[in-house]
Amino acid sequence: MTELTKSTSVAGDATAPAKGANAEAEPAIARVTQWGEIRHRFLANKLAVVGLGLVLLLFLTALFAPLLAPHDPYAQDLTNTLQDPGSGHLLGTDALGRDQLSRIIYGTRIAVVIGLASIFLACLIGIVIGALAGYFGRATDSVLMRIADVFFAFPLLIGAIVIIIVMGRGIMPVIISLAIFSWPTVSRLLRSSILSVREADYVLAARALGADTRRIIVRHIIPNSIAAVMAYAAFSVGGAIVAEASLSFLGVGVSPEVPEWGNMLAAAKDFMGVKDFLWTYPSIAIVLTVLGFVFVGDGLRDALDPKLR
Amino acid sequence: MTTSSITAEVPRQRGGDAEAPVLEVRDLHVEFATREGVVKAVNGVNYSVSSGETLAVLGESGSGKSVTAQAIMGILDSPPGRVSKGEILFRGEDILKLPESERRKLRGPKMAMIFQDALSALNPVYSVGNQLGEMFRVHQGMSKKDAKAKAIDLMERVKIPAARSRVNDYPHQFSGGMRQRIMIAMALALEPDLIIADEPTTALDVTVQAQVMDLLADLQREYNMGLILITHDLGVVADVADKIAVMYAGRIVEQAPVHELYKRPAHPYTRGLLDSIPRLDQKGQELYAIKGLPPNLLKAPSGCAFNPRCPKAQDICRTEVPALLPVTERDGTELAGRGSACHFREEQLHG
Repeated sequence: MTELTKSTSVAGDATAPAKGANAEAEPAIARVTQWGEIRHRFLANKLAVVGLGLVLLLFLTALFAPLLAPHDPYAQDLTNTLQDPGSGHLLGTDALGRDQLSRIIYGTRIAVVIGLASIFLACLIGIVIGALAGYFGRATDSVLMRIADVFFAFPLLIGAIVIIIVMGRGIMPVIISLAIFSWPTVSRLLRSSILSVREADYVLAARALGADTRRIIVRHIIPNSIAAVMAYAAFSVGGAIVAEASLSFLGVGVSPEVPEWGNMLAAAKDFMGVKDFLWTYPSIAIVLTVLGFVFVGDGLRDALDPKLR
Repeated sequence: MTTSSITAEVPRQRGGDAEAPVLEVRDLHVEFATREGVVKAVNGVNYSVSSGETLAVLGESGSGKSVTAQAIMGILDSPPGRVSKGEILFRGEDILKLPESERRKLRGPKMAMIFQDALSALNPVYSVGNQLGEMFRVHQGMSKKDAKAKAIDLMERVKIPAARSRVNDYPHQFSGGMRQRIMIAMALALEPDLIIADEPTTALDVTVQAQVMDLLADLQREYNMGLILITHDLGVVADVADKIAVMYAGRIVEQAPVHELYKRPAHPYTRGLLDSIPRLDQKGQELYAIKGLPPNLLKAPSGCAFNPRCPKAQDICRTEVPALLPVTERDGTELAGRGSACHFREEQLHG
């Protein structure tokens, strides 16, 4: 049944009249919506499902961190420093005797908050600027895209460090500085797909039926050109988490006492070759998180636009 | 020119004479600024449509017929395109002088357009019911639920079977003919006074073409709308149109009530178009084709734009642009509603 109703874009059009004839005879036939088809394609992609699993694991860990963590991540125990992984502390303790596992588990919270918030903010800025540039073209386009180029050309870490020095350390400054250097890609992606979508007949048709500019952009152009942005957004949450960990590692991210993966790596670097478990486990957490978002991003891209594959 | 007067033998006349035309285009010029120079796509077009009347605008690709329509609708891509001269009177008011916000309010409730390829003219991400309902939500502020009921209504009116169960389907799930019906339903939604159909049947196969044309004609009669039918297919217009304007290189070269045009064309280009229709009784003979290509509008030929392709071109055709003038019977009586832009229109008419 689902095979019968699953028709994709123009290629499946040949079967459309037949379906039309069926419609009356079988009113109970399962209707496949756009989103249904996308979900179907996404779930058929094994890597995407693995990625989704990793991302879900990350979210659940962040949500239930207090329940999952065996110890208080801030609690120091100076009689029990640099314990090897084993009984009592599954992943060992750091130089201040804090439980590594608990710190990794609590680290998911910072990763999720900063990763999602910075990319959300980047998408917000990027979509507005990309849509304006793509739809209005000409001078608007040139000006906005040159501004985007400036942010694009700026090295992320250096730019972020400057902003954090100005704003002070903390979660908000990290989110803002990551967003400021991530939106240009969003706006470029959106702009380039809008350039083709705005020439589409349905945009002309919408104008001919009296839709105003705002409605045309919001209802007709963005939904048809957002696919690349959605895939990129999922993809780049991983990148934002790495960048956030890098900032913390460099000592300009969140405060050092906060359980955060970059902070843990920074503390571990003094014990490299001696207590390697201090850096391996936080690194594994980062790698799994990034892989999760990359797989989801890839899966989304394929699911949203099967022609790109 | 009082083109709204139609000869008695045209059956589809419905008292359009008494009132002013719904739409009157006067001396319309449209140009496009391109890198290579200014393309004069429309060079002084005049035509008018009354309520319940169908005007067919005939011409090859690039003759300016679609650009004229877009100028009327106010959806010219501008820049580069712009109306450089002329008036477009809608119910007697020059809409070119209206601010864009006012013109936008005309589109939908007062005038609407049907596009050639319904698959690309319908938004792929929304169900057809959603898109049909949008007309009511945008222009009448109707609730989602009421708009959907209206959408089903409209789908039934354009004879889409099982409208109620198909209202949530997406455009790609419909056949070509059904999609074009949905386009028609969308244009009709707010019962406009004027509908412009830009090659509404070109993307359809022949059997479906006839059905869609009939539907359009029926609905036009029912709502007493003015209809401008843009096409390059002489076969399509014969049954539905009241009068025809033939366009070539941005000008109207001939204007006539539909049956007279078929019977006695007064322009060599029209003659050529009619001769290039395949006919069953000429089986085995070579099909006539107009020689050459449509002119490049960047450097249109001097004189009559058709002269390089015209079998009857004389010296005067290469130097002087012929105006669209009335044609007369042999005895000098003017033929109502007819005009031809040919220096030798009388010779052409009387063969």
